Amino acid sequence: MSSAHRSKLIDSALEAIADIDDGATLMVGGFGLCGIPEHLIEALRIKGVKNLICISNNAGVDDFGLGKLLQTGQIKKMISSYVGENKTFEKQFLSGQLEVELTPQGNLAERIRAGGAGIPAFYTPTGVGTVIAEGKETKIFDGREYVLERALKADFALIKAWRADPHGNLQYNMTAMNFNPMMATAAKVTIAEVEELVGEGELNPLAVHTPGVYVKRLLLGRSYEKRIEQRTVQPRL
Amino acid sequence: MNFKLLSREQLAKRAAAELRPGMYVNLGIGIPTLVANEIAPDMNITLQSENGILGMGPFPETGFERADLINAGKQTVTLLPGAAIFSSADSFAMIRGGHIDLTILGAMEVSEQGDIANWMIPGKMVKGMGGAMDLVAGSPNVVVVMQHCAPDGSPKILKQCKLPLTGKKCVKKIVSDRAAMVVTDEGLIVTEIIPGLSFEELQACTEARLIKSPEGIRPLNP
Repeated sequence: MSSAHRSKLIDSALEAIADIDDGATLMVGGFGLCGIPEHLIEALRIKGVKNLICISNNAGVDDFGLGKLLQTGQIKKMISSYVGENKTFEKQFLSGQLEVELTPQGNLAERIRAGGAGIPAFYTPTGVGTVIAEGKETKIFDGREYVLERALKADFALIKAWRADPHGNLQYNMTAMNFNPMMATAAKVTIAEVEELVGEGELNPLAVHTPGVYVKRLLLGRSYEKRIEQRTVQPRL
Repeated sequence: MNFKLLSREQLAKRAAAELRPGMYVNLGIGIPTLVANEIAPDMNITLQSENGILGMGPFPETGFERADLINAGKQTVTLLPGAAIFSSADSFAMIRGGHIDLTILGAMEVSEQGDIANWMIPGKMVKGMGGAMDLVAGSPNVVVVMQHCAPDGSPKILKQCKLPLTGKKCVKKIVSDRAAMVVTDEGLIVTEIIPGLSFEELQACTEARLIKSPEGIRPLNP
């Protein structure tokens, strides 16, 4: 293992986010509370950076996930597809303190993917004839109308993976994958927090979900809370 | 008038009759979720959840729930043998690309052209469209399951939707608690009505113009 690779490892969450300043645009991985970078979010809360623009599918709940940064008033704008689970969000949105850009979930995923893949915009059928398409270019292809959507990029991506090797190759666990792989590609600096570090050569190259080229910093997170938002079960048979 | 509206469970059961063997299906939140309980195992239906699952199974038994395995409603779920997991971008490529055969979802309003509104009410807190706009735009077959009228009796099946749209000309079929209707270029063709309700009575509580099916109208039995 070269020292260049070893240097991706960062000792603490606060150190990992040390250069995130007021007004930064962040992509934050996760779907609901599943697959969110909980230690990096907590570090942002402790650092107290303000006026953040957060691109994230949801906004957490009142006291967990991005909801923590809403409570402290650190977020200026959210770009999300669904924000229904958070009373703090609702209060700040209705009072005008918080700006929100609602984006269909598939458009959000593809805008981020495009941002990371060097594609500035793309045509999609989603939202044609709705408020989402207002003011945007449209074009007919093969008799069907499509709307032009712009790619999204960010200063930093904060993502959560299951495990990593020292090169920053990542694997996700189950549906905690969600938006994390695209976000890892679409920021100037991608910071990944993981539950487990494995040695060089221990990941099957074919089973790497996010290749290490995208990951600038790695943090080994400890004692994950991994809160469940809707615990739905059935009795044991 | 002597008729009984379909219950949520009966609606789900009727919606399940839209499934064909081997289909890949996405079920929306609410009554559509209940459709999963009505699927016969030998139908070989694969459920998609837009946060990245093909082959979603039922809720886990107590003690087996995992934070890393949820559905699009953020509920803990299980995987069936042969399931696959993928990213949100792959999931919506699958949806937008027309690979998910059928989407069943709820609606606040549907128009006779097949427009659907189900994501916002102006003046109320807007929570977001989630994946609904992508699903209705991408799915080759969109079936809406809904109450035919609002609680105050006002029609929800309209000539034009009044609420902001989720998608235009995308609904193929409506299954309501009073009738089943197919969306065509000519308008809404009624194929089934609940027993005890006449076509004229159905028309009276529907703003959209209804057309009797040339093949006749069957009873809408759950």
